[in-house]
Amino acid sequence: MKKENNNVIEANALTKRFGNVTAVNQITFSVNEGEIFGFLGPNGAGKTTTIRMLTGLLAPDSGDAFIDGVNVKRNPIKAKMKMGVIPEMGNVYVDLNAQQNIILAGRFYGLPMKELKKRANSLLEQFELYDRKDDPVRTFSKGMKQRVNIASAIAHNPEVLFLDEPMSGLDVQSQRLIRDIINQMNQKGTTIFLTTHNIEEANQLCARVAIINKGKIVVIDRPERLRRTFETTQSVEISFDKCIDDSLIGKGNIVNRVERLGDKWKLYTNNPDKLVKYLAKFAEDKDLTIVSMEICRASLEDAFVKFTESKSYDD
Amino acid sequence: MTIRDINGQFFRGVMVTTEKNIRIYYTKAPVLIFGLLFPLFMFLSFYLGREVNLHSFFPGLLAMSLFFTASSVGPLITPWEKQAGTYERLLSFPVSINTIILGDIAAGMIFGIIINMVVLIVGLIFFDYNINILFLFFGILLASFCFSSLGVLLASPSVRSPSHIMMFSSLIRFPLIFISGIFIALENLQGSARVLAYFSPITYLVDIFNFSFKGECHISPIIDFTALSIFSVIFISLSNRFHKRNLIKGL
Repeated sequence: MKKENNNVIEANALTKRFGNVTAVNQITFSVNEGEIFGFLGPNGAGKTTTIRMLTGLLAPDSGDAFIDGVNVKRNPIKAKMKMGVIPEMGNVYVDLNAQQNIILAGRFYGLPMKELKKRANSLLEQFELYDRKDDPVRTFSKGMKQRVNIASAIAHNPEVLFLDEPMSGLDVQSQRLIRDIINQMNQKGTTIFLTTHNIEEANQLCARVAIINKGKIVVIDRPERLRRTFETTQSVEISFDKCIDDSLIGKGNIVNRVERLGDKWKLYTNNPDKLVKYLAKFAEDKDLTIVSMEICRASLEDAFVKFTESKSYDD
Repeated sequence: MTIRDINGQFFRGVMVTTEKNIRIYYTKAPVLIFGLLFPLFMFLSFYLGREVNLHSFFPGLLAMSLFFTASSVGPLITPWEKQAGTYERLLSFPVSINTIILGDIAAGMIFGIIINMVVLIVGLIFFDYNINILFLFFGILLASFCFSSLGVLLASPSVRSPSHIMMFSSLIRFPLIFISGIFIALENLQGSARVLAYFSPITYLVDIFNFSFKGECHISPIIDFTALSIFSVIFISLSNRFHKRNLIKGL
């Protein structure tokens, strides 16, 4: 039992190799109690392998994972009792109905049947599925199935909830509902570990994010601070009523780089306010009408792209 | 967690997995086809148009029926769950691979026992046997466990399509039927055919049934029970090894 701080999830130098490929390479991080932690990375970066090692599905080649102080490798059942998991490709039993799925999940954790039925009904109401509780899950849409999936994973009120790409391929309504439920659970004290490649999702939900690329964590920070790291990637998007030469618009020392996007130009700068003034004067001098102009501040997406473009943080 | 908690959690996991399997897989088409229709058609093809003494053939028929039914559920579950995406969810529950294997074995075993009780009762209505109930009971219990373990072992190769596994399992199960002493009594088998018969677990069950129904056996009930126990241990050990190795393949 290792618990000297308020870290609920701890990964210490976790490494996993598949043949010659190192899927996860010496990653170390911790997640605080009650935190929503985002784990971002492009496809194949090592997100799912990491979550599988943290949840006891895959044994790491080296390193250790702890859930609330319990070593996952040495005591997987005890660690699993503390967590709920929504795997990326995971599904519920489509031959059973929604209520049966939640009850089945709860029974693995030893919850009494009477309590489980109450809990199942309350979850079905919360997930807006109560009217369909007796229908086989095979008749549900993808979004509804995912809601049953999440309800089953939280039937035992876990201390930690792992979600692997939970919103992938869902409709907007289901996404919003799942986001609300994640926030509600977090407000009640559940620690959330969320893997995603959807930057907006991470931006909206997470207190901190880690970006993983090629099996290595390249950065861990708050989304806002990561965004600020790349203030130099601010840009102004502009379009005129007439076509102009690229070389003309890129003149002046405040423009770092020019990109043509269809009928628009994207001008990268360190000082967007000054650039706007410059463009207004440029339009007047050249007798052009500005059709549209927008200042694009650095986003978490820019940070993500920058961090995952490079080989790794230490390379 | 104390040892009592760990054991409690383990048995609860086995029970819930078994119940889940019973609810979901007993009515799946491959189980019904490979577990019920196949042995029936094999019996009919062997019986119809021939002068077969059903009274003396019944113990073999019962053994064949138990073999097919008990080993038909196991091969289906893991590939079906991997294909449906439920296997990773199952592994995320507080269970180990042994919990899942035992839950799958128990489901196959119960299926085999239930169907064979029907066959047995029908047989006892038509034929007059002086049964040794103890040998019959423990024979059915141990053999259903052994055959179901074989079924679970057959599910261990990494495939996502249940149909591939059902074909593979037929490839293993049919020869085991033919080399056993069901269709030709063990005492009538000669040379390598007899040696081969000893490699089929069904041979030992047929011998137990012959002893239970007719009081005659060719091997020895003690050797039969020992052989079935050894086969069970081998099947479970190999299942554990291969299922662990292929755990995340096909997820």
